[in-house]
Amino acid sequence: MMPDLGKYAFYVLSAYGVSLVCLGALIWGSFRRAAKARAQLAEIEARTKHG
Amino acid sequence: MSLWEYANPVKFMRMADRILPVLWPLSAILLVGGLIWGFFFTPDDFRQGSSVKIIYLHVPSALMAINGWLMMLVASLIWIVRRHHVSALAARAAAPVGATMTVIALATGALWGQPMWGTWWVWDPRLTSFLILFLFYLGYMALWVAIENDDTAADLTSILCLVGSVFALLSRYAVNLWNQGLHQGATFSVDAETNIAPVFWYPALAAMGGFILLFIALVLLRTQTEIRLRRARALIAREVVE
Repeated sequence: MMPDLGKYAFYVLSAYGVSLVCLGALIWGSFRRAAKARAQLAEIEARTKHG
Repeated sequence: MSLWEYANPVKFMRMADRILPVLWPLSAILLVGGLIWGFFFTPDDFRQGSSVKIIYLHVPSALMAINGWLMMLVASLIWIVRRHHVSALAARAAAPVGATMTVIALATGALWGQPMWGTWWVWDPRLTSFLILFLFYLGYMALWVAIENDDTAADLTSILCLVGSVFALLSRYAVNLWNQGLHQGATFSVDAETNIAPVFWYPALAAMGGFILLFIALVLLRTQTEIRLRRARALIAREVVE
């Protein structure tokens, strides 16, 4: 299944590794920040409504 | 229906909520499909060997690094001319996405350059303008964080975005403007009759589609986040005054 990358294996696998880590971190960070912002706003809105 | 309707944060949030559930799976299918297709099911290039597989990451990420900045330019111009907060926040939201794309393009370029050119880096016009574009991304994000007042930050970052656009365009056309350096001309072109061989072109097209949709999805999600954070800051400020 794994293609024979020959003498370029290190470069090709590193390129895919670096890219996937960067994309994964970006997507994970974006969702985490979105969840935090949603929770923060909900908390402030509840406080200002009841306060 | 007018495009300017979405300058209203509530309408923008609703529109993003409707689009995102479709956009995420579509971008995942195209991106993962394109990369699997390119990595596992395409032959080696007769000259570059298996290193050609880096093309499915390098070209789409470079495409989005440049076009991400150009999207920020349009959003910044809308802010400067029409003072729509959503456009300024969309530009802010796009910067980390574009910066990540620039990092991927630079890293994959170095990893491709070493076996093909014999060097990780060279001060070639395209590479140098791309590095400067990355520094502009960093400066842009730092400026947003450094200024407390949102409107002032939007004004100043918009000006920075206008200046940085010179380098975004240079990184695209440097090869044509200075006929020197190691980097080749554009591999893909919409006006060229033939691109690269179809066996490489179709998976690359899928990967590019995936990167474009992922960029749009991330910018929509992050813009929603910026709108929520802005509202939270406004409510806190009102609390303090009362």
